[in-house]
Amino acid sequence: MSGLEQWNWYLDGWIIVAGILCAVSSALLGNFLVLRKMSMLGDAITHAILPGLAAAFMISDSRSSLPMFLGAVIAGILTALFTEWIRGFGKVDEGAAMGVVFTSLFALGLVMIVQAADHVDLDPGCVLYGAIELTPLDTILIAGWEIPRVVVVLSIVLLINLLFVIFFLKELKLSSFDPALATTTGFNSTIIHYALMTLVAITAVASFETVGNILVVAMFIVPPAAAYMLTDRLGTMIVISAILATLAAATGHISAITVPRWFGYQSTSTAGMMAVAAGLLFAVAALFAPRHGIVVVLIRRQILAWKILAEDIIALMYRIEERNPQLKPDATYLREILFSQSVPTSLTLRYLTKHGQLSDSNGNYELTETGRDHARQLVRSHRLWEHYLVEHAGMSAENIHKQAEKLEHFTDRQLREKLNEDTIATDQDPHGRPIPPEEKTN
Amino acid sequence: MNNKQNPAHTPQVELPPEETPVSVYDLTVAYHRKPVIWDVSFEIPPGKLVGIVGPNGAGKSTLIKAIMGLIPKASGRVQIFGKPYQKNRHRVGYVPQRESVDWDFPVDALDVVTMGLYKEIGWCLPVRKKHRARAMEALERVGIADYAHRQISQLSGGQQQRTFLARALVQNADLYLMDEPFAAVDAATEKAIVQILQEMKQAGKTALVIHHDLQTVPEYFDYVILLNMRVIDHGLTAEVFTPENLQKTYGGRLTLLEEATETMRRREQSL
Amino acid sequence: MKPFVLVFLFASFWPECLILAATETGTIQTQQSITDRSIAIPEWNDWKRVFLLKDYNTRIVVFGTTLLGMAAGMIGSFALLRKRALMGDALSHATLPGIAIAFIIATGLGLDGKTLPVLLAGAAVSGLLGVATILLIRNMTRLKEDAALGIVLSVFFGAGIALLGIVQQMKTGHAAGLESFIYGKTASMVASDAWLIGCAGLSCMLISLLLYKELTLLCFDEGFAVSRGFPVILLDMTLMGLVVVVTIIGLQAVGLILMISLLVIPPAAARFWTEKIVNMTVVAIILGALSGMIGSAMSAIFPNLPSGAMIVLVATAMFLFSMVFGIPRGILIRKLRRHELNRKVNRQHLLRGLYEFLEARGRLKEKQSSESTFVPLSKLLQMRSWSLAKLKKIVKRAQQEQLVVALQEDQLRLTKAGLLEATRIVHEHRLWELYLITYADVAPSKVDQDADAIEHVLEPEVIAELESLLVQQSTEGILQSPHTIEIHQEETKARHSSRRRST
Repeated sequence: MSGLEQWNWYLDGWIIVAGILCAVSSALLGNFLVLRKMSMLGDAITHAILPGLAAAFMISDSRSSLPMFLGAVIAGILTALFTEWIRGFGKVDEGAAMGVVFTSLFALGLVMIVQAADHVDLDPGCVLYGAIELTPLDTILIAGWEIPRVVVVLSIVLLINLLFVIFFLKELKLSSFDPALATTTGFNSTIIHYALMTLVAITAVASFETVGNILVVAMFIVPPAAAYMLTDRLGTMIVISAILATLAAATGHISAITVPRWFGYQSTSTAGMMAVAAGLLFAVAALFAPRHGIVVVLIRRQILAWKILAEDIIALMYRIEERNPQLKPDATYLREILFSQSVPTSLTLRYLTKHGQLSDSNGNYELTETGRDHARQLVRSHRLWEHYLVEHAGMSAENIHKQAEKLEHFTDRQLREKLNEDTIATDQDPHGRPIPPEEKTN
Repeated sequence: MNNKQNPAHTPQVELPPEETPVSVYDLTVAYHRKPVIWDVSFEIPPGKLVGIVGPNGAGKSTLIKAIMGLIPKASGRVQIFGKPYQKNRHRVGYVPQRESVDWDFPVDALDVVTMGLYKEIGWCLPVRKKHRARAMEALERVGIADYAHRQISQLSGGQQQRTFLARALVQNADLYLMDEPFAAVDAATEKAIVQILQEMKQAGKTALVIHHDLQTVPEYFDYVILLNMRVIDHGLTAEVFTPENLQKTYGGRLTLLEEATETMRRREQSL
Repeated sequence: MKPFVLVFLFASFWPECLILAATETGTIQTQQSITDRSIAIPEWNDWKRVFLLKDYNTRIVVFGTTLLGMAAGMIGSFALLRKRALMGDALSHATLPGIAIAFIIATGLGLDGKTLPVLLAGAAVSGLLGVATILLIRNMTRLKEDAALGIVLSVFFGAGIALLGIVQQMKTGHAAGLESFIYGKTASMVASDAWLIGCAGLSCMLISLLLYKELTLLCFDEGFAVSRGFPVILLDMTLMGLVVVVTIIGLQAVGLILMISLLVIPPAAARFWTEKIVNMTVVAIILGALSGMIGSAMSAIFPNLPSGAMIVLVATAMFLFSMVFGIPRGILIRKLRRHELNRKVNRQHLLRGLYEFLEARGRLKEKQSSESTFVPLSKLLQMRSWSLAKLKKIVKRAQQEQLVVALQEDQLRLTKAGLLEATRIVHEHRLWELYLITYADVAPSKVDQDADAIEHVLEPEVIAELESLLVQQSTEGILQSPHTIEIHQEETKARHSSRRRST
């Protein structure tokens, strides 16, 4: 049993919509928190809005939105301000200042909520991890449609965040990248900073009924962090983070219903599973991102090592041929010169044979015509580099061979030409061996 | 074609390795896969004050840190008195750059100097009076004993530098590695440091000092290493510290070499 | 005992004294309705019971939280100095899934899932997993530490919440017991729990005491520690391990969200009272102990106040007090010192103004009593951007210090001591100007401002050095000013005000 047979398009549909709205509006702002290295300030603010919320409840005796937003925005801005003050006036390390401020405010809020519990129906648990499952029940009538109140609120917040990001993209970009420059060119990065913090507080308030004020941190930070692993461009990053947030919200709710059934339990907290889903998406992105992923980086390093080995082999073959055209070396002979491991060497030899650079006659290898072309260019690079290093870098002749060895693998035709121009016209390298021509001369 | 090289000015008499304070062979170090120093090789004779000179970004700090194994080397070998650094660590005193620590830290100058003795005191054992007395002696030697109980942020830049120097002195090492001890210090401190260096030399100790001010090189050091990603030359100051060598060190950057290094990095990333 | 500890002890106890005093008068209470959960002022007997630790339960709770506060204060000091304050935050959130899984597994094996050691073992495993994940993300990807903390914190917490949702459905599991880990529930502490906290806390303190100098070196200068051959990675792991242990033993008392505050707030507050790391640790331990003690006692007296939050709020109150009144690093004392400096600067400006005025008119050598050595206030007013009221205040202070005498309302004259002081000040000012011109390539027209900004904070040794450096120029005794002194010009005023704007 999957649990989905109880799927109710009305209830579950609205839950997913609320989740998506919350996740996307958080992720939009989260991009800048991650880029500005202020993720933990986001965390601090979401904790610290608690007393603001509690005060609003106590004063207005209800969950009406306006006092709630006001209270939370004030609390949010105060967090940023207090942190700044304690850091500045008290000369306390920023992390510690943040820790002092948000835990104190959170504790204050907790005490207030416990005191207010008689007047208002407000469960501390609900504040922490939301009650997204109940959101479809609290509806308001808009243009004849019954729409959950939370969805309406979150839509407005999403719209505000979207407009903020679109209209101030350039300012946000600049002030995230270089606050000093932003200020000197006339964008006040302090204002941008506090505007961002205000919106973070507003978003956190709007989200607390859905995912609660701690799990909203997951929505703020995790999708943008995953997006940051996947791309180098800010615009793309924002779009990807929104897509990932949507995915996390949807899969989060579905897995909250289905996964516990596998173990024989009822459904569990959607908010919790949304955070977990976002975490899994991040893990996949961090491991397998095409350019920056952990696995990819490791593989790339390995491939590079093999590629260098392959080039070393054919360059060595060329040199052997140069000296003694009759000698057809075998794997052991090559390995002794190159100090390479046996498995990679034989694998590389097989690869080179398959790609037509070497021909294999019973374990003895010989360069093919294409292989020889390739090798000639490598050796040319190598000897040009040796030449350059002797001439310009004042390096002693016995040292240069090794250095050129490293460089030759990264020298394309263009750089080779520059090298050629930069070195005195010669056809001999510093060791007195000929520098092969660029093209085959027959 | 100019194939004449500047062979390393190695000492005339071959010393046994355990008497060579520092010998470096083919040392290459890379930060984030971008090589900072390439194939650096040199040996330092004992009892010399050695200046390491080179432009910004030439890898001077990197060289010193790599000698001590603070950063991993891509290739090469470093020996201190004929053994790997780890074996002869007790014979090396290190004076890091002043910016490397948070000076707001709640310790006073004497505490900082005592840190040089922590290894000697041993695990889990407390600092004793005799250790403090030794630290105080070191502070006296650098001339700031009066400030021993000042919190370190209340010391002037020169005094902070001298505190670091005292911390190295207290170890009574045979080889001192100093990362820009003369950077932004007052004249009194500079004089005090030079004095200490001379005393060290008289006691047969060796100091490897990163230095910025070219004018004072011949005055302070009797041996120099000219560094710009690789060793341009090294040897007695009188022989090596020539305008021609300086031109090579500071003049014309190796644009193509840098370009290739850059390509190497890019290619590795985009492969 | 060091005076600051005494000040501190007094400062932290006085609110209690006040409360005690207040209750004696307020013991007559009206009958309360049962449903009213607002804070009731308890009877005198309740106070007595709590403060004399008559209650077995209270005794346990106070004992446990006090020890917890001490351990957290000590370990937290190192974490703070290592700039790892927020690591504790991420770590404590990361313990939640471990607690839930430990409960599920223990129940599955037929054990009582709610025993503290089982739950704490789960918390430790998932806390360490959290630390490992943070390090992995920070070192292997392009993300920075803050993002790594945020990711681990929120995702682990989310997983914990999801698991709690399942625990709630288990037959044996009233999840209420587990949920108390989120907010903390000191009242549920039993003797064995307190012993566990006590033993673990004391061992943490003992370990950090044994490794005191190594940990200090690690926090201060990691590079040097490596160069001396200390196993820095191992030490770092030890420190993080200690943070994990303290965090998990604090879960029950203050809850995982507020646990970080016990690790951060007492050490941060202690930093305001001292410049020595040993004293800082001692003060942090005392502060932590007091927060635990007072917080849990208050929560025992007022059953409606959640214990974890109260412990934190007590700690916060101490932090605020320390931040404002702390000596030598509190805000007030620093403001006071700044004020002193401003006074000194103003006095020096006044004296220099008088001196330069006389010098420009060649009246310096004249006898001090003669008429011509008087300077009218209005002339001084032109030389600097002072308001009349401010100038008068400065003059008055200088009069008290017997540096100047005023003849009438607006006539000033230097006393003998004043002239001596003025000569010294002008000399130093000009030395510095000369230095700037000779060595720092500052244009003579601008040098006055630059010298102005620095000269007041020069130490005697720097002056001596300047003297020796500029020995040729300074043989004459008092130096000539390297620029023309503008005394009458309105520009002076304009220049100073423009400088003020630009700074």
